[in-house]
Amino acid sequence: MLGAEVLELSSGWFLENAWLTGLIPVIGFAIILFFGKKLPMKGAEVGLASMAASLVVAVGAGVQWMQRTNSAESHSEEAVGLIQAFGRSLPSATEGESKSFISPVTTTWVWWQNSGLEFGIGSAVDGLAILILALVAFIALLVMVFSVDYVRDDRRYTHFFAAITLFAGGMLIMVMAENMVQLILGWEIMGLTSFMLIGHWWEEEANSRAALKAFFTVRVGDVGLLVGTAIIFFGANQWAVDNLDSNGFNIAAIQAWALSGEANTQFLLWGAVALFIAAIGKSGQFPLHTWLPDAMAGPTPVSSLLHSSTMVVAGVFLVARIYPVFWEGFNIGTGGLSFIAIIGAITIVIAALLAFVQDDIKKVLAYSTVSQLGYMMLGLGTGAWLPAVFHIFTHAFFKCALFLCAGSVSHSGSHHSFDMKKDMGGLRKKMPVTFAAWCVSTLALTGVFPFAGFWSKDEIIDNVGANGYTFLMWVALGGAALTAMYMTRATYLTFFGEPRGAAAGLGHDDAHGEEHEMELISVGAPEPRSLGAAANARNGGEGSASDEPHGGHGGSAADDGSDHHGGPHESGKLILVPIVILAFFAIFAGFANPTPLASRFGEGVELLKKYVEPRATAVVTEEFLASGPGELVVLVDGVAYAPSVTPTAEAGEEGAKKSGCGFDAPEAGTVCFFPGVSHAEPTFAKILLSLAVVAIGYALAIGFCVLFYGRRDSRLVGLTERNKALRGGFLFLKNKYYLDHLYENVIVRAVAHPIAKFAYWVNQHVLDATVNGVGVGTRKAGVWVYDNIDQKIVDGAVNGSGWAASEAGHAMQPTQSGKVSQYGALLFGAATVGAIVLVLVNVS
Amino acid sequence: MLAVNFLLLAAVLFCIGVYGVIARRNAVMVLMSIELILNAVSLNLVAFSLMTGTADGQVFALYVIAIAAAEVGVGLAMVLMIYRNRRTIALDELSEMKG
Repeated sequence: MLGAEVLELSSGWFLENAWLTGLIPVIGFAIILFFGKKLPMKGAEVGLASMAASLVVAVGAGVQWMQRTNSAESHSEEAVGLIQAFGRSLPSATEGESKSFISPVTTTWVWWQNSGLEFGIGSAVDGLAILILALVAFIALLVMVFSVDYVRDDRRYTHFFAAITLFAGGMLIMVMAENMVQLILGWEIMGLTSFMLIGHWWEEEANSRAALKAFFTVRVGDVGLLVGTAIIFFGANQWAVDNLDSNGFNIAAIQAWALSGEANTQFLLWGAVALFIAAIGKSGQFPLHTWLPDAMAGPTPVSSLLHSSTMVVAGVFLVARIYPVFWEGFNIGTGGLSFIAIIGAITIVIAALLAFVQDDIKKVLAYSTVSQLGYMMLGLGTGAWLPAVFHIFTHAFFKCALFLCAGSVSHSGSHHSFDMKKDMGGLRKKMPVTFAAWCVSTLALTGVFPFAGFWSKDEIIDNVGANGYTFLMWVALGGAALTAMYMTRATYLTFFGEPRGAAAGLGHDDAHGEEHEMELISVGAPEPRSLGAAANARNGGEGSASDEPHGGHGGSAADDGSDHHGGPHESGKLILVPIVILAFFAIFAGFANPTPLASRFGEGVELLKKYVEPRATAVVTEEFLASGPGELVVLVDGVAYAPSVTPTAEAGEEGAKKSGCGFDAPEAGTVCFFPGVSHAEPTFAKILLSLAVVAIGYALAIGFCVLFYGRRDSRLVGLTERNKALRGGFLFLKNKYYLDHLYENVIVRAVAHPIAKFAYWVNQHVLDATVNGVGVGTRKAGVWVYDNIDQKIVDGAVNGSGWAASEAGHAMQPTQSGKVSQYGALLFGAATVGAIVLVLVNVS
Repeated sequence: MLAVNFLLLAAVLFCIGVYGVIARRNAVMVLMSIELILNAVSLNLVAFSLMTGTADGQVFALYVIAIAAAEVGVGLAMVLMIYRNRRTIALDELSEMKG
């Protein structure tokens, strides 16, 4: 009916075997766990090698994906769509200027099949998956190089590398997931390994509490993931079976179902809500962001990896992956004020404000991550899909660099302390490389032209405004100013001013664990008193303020040659090289998709738009070949052309009715996999506005820092103690909006304790009673069987046969007289009888 | 007609032998009775050989004679041993095999 012309799309070994990126780290994990301690580098080399191998496969797949996309372009002007997804070939259809749909390359091994429902494990790679795969492998590799030096001499060095390898593997498995089951698998692997890594130094109670908090908070969200997957399955399954011969777990089928126009809106809405709750938990969105800062209890490389490319990005990735569900469920396409956008906007502001009152450098960065994740969610919630994904990409580099810089400072500058006010200050001359990398990454984070964050964050802000969410755009701009302010504060406290505490060389000769005077962290900004007393109170206060207060490293600091010098100094090469590489990307990663330059240099510069964003093109469905369990299915090409689908409308036209994928139901026989998201046209005025906002933020913050920390201006110092309103606000922030109190004292008490009591009652009275009843019943049945069946029937038969044999023997006994003549008589008598019988038989 | 006489003679000898085996108490007499039975059988075989005109029966008879000699040798040795141990060869008293 739709004259389909089939064309070939290029593929390649790396694309078809992208599943190796996930498998290699898992194997590496097993090797490290079983043989790590016997290896020369105690398992670190296995982790590094597996991550390097994954990176090679991911980058190879990326190159081949670009070739694949180009091969579709080169076929004809009337671009040819192509789809080969989830085991069936779907030629796609396009017309006019809309571009062909590039089908993901799926390699699946079906491990379970029943009545048409298949579960596969493997890889379904498209632009989004490959981008994140390569990013995760790259960042994880650099973080591991950093860790080789950073956690040297730790007592659980091998286990650290095992866990961090599996952690990266979990993210890779999740990213390449072809169905929701595999996605949940990767998601849960990350949840478990993050627990192991955050609680790496579990001897300290604060650390194991932080690990538990992270695990349980994310668990709250995981319930949403399971419920949401179930809702979507029941909503989508029948449609997927009818239209695509797929099932309701397949991600591509879910995407197509959501955009089909036949999806039940209730299923879509509640499925989207439940899945977004999962993303809230994982990506640290308000109100479940409380676990993220506490997760700083883990070693710095863990924080770095967890906050840049894995774990927290998983929630954003989930939303980006099954974006059509959210698009339809929350009516993003028609400009509805979505749950996602609201949560994202709230998160941006509250996390940025919290970053102001943190003394721990890593906690400042943690709240910064929460805030940046808010930007990503805001982008996704307002239809700015590509900028959000782009922000994942750029954010990974500069946030990872910032965390590694913080690690470098604590490793070599502040004697394993992370407290900016007590143990840092004036480090810019002692640690020039770290300082330079920190500055570059900070400029990138705050969105200063031309660093990476500028291109992605301004894209988000611009698109939010262009899609009609003016208020949210101003919130995001305000967040950008706040970002500039709190990063200035952190930079000033760490690298400028007078050296304090460990940074001034104090305390380096102290033995760890010595009794220090407890310095109460009370209300108020740093006063001269607390600054002076800081040196002796290094280890006081919060337990998590100190990274390595104990254990192999902390106790044997003198083993680390670098600590002999006493004072702060620059870190070693293994620590600096990853930082410098990341700082390099913090400068240049933004040129992967510089939208404002597109008007001057053509659309060709927008690499991510071309290669990562799925095309909103309707695709014709066709017959497919079923695959059975245990079969390895490799699906590559299958291209077709069907000239019957309306092109998507370009966005930005006020009032113009949008059509195409995501707005209209696709024509019968065709499906859409991605909604037609709009892209804002960047204007010079908007760019200047956001740069001006950031500049104002910087100016305010620098002025404040110089006055407050530098000159100790009497008008400002102690302001929070004099002014009641400000004092209240400060306390409110210091206590993190009292959310932790709410969770621990109210929700846990009011909800969890009665539930626990009820569960105990049920356990005692229902479960135990059932178990006991079953036990008693079974025993009685056993006794009856023993008495009646075993004793009477079975034993009776055995004894009876013995008795019969015995009696027969007794009856025959007299014949055995022992007398030879009698035997002879019997013999001859028998012979006679035999002879008579023989004669009779023969005669007659 | 002639052959029937042989068979009758053999039957008489066989019956005498069987009587001897069953009725005599003396072990030597029993052995001798067994020899009578064997000889009756040999006579039968030769008679059948005569009737069929082949030499098969005669060959069998020779075998039976040879085996009978060996059998008597074993039997007499056993009797001798029994006599040495018990000073009697009365079969009535040898009832150790009573079941």
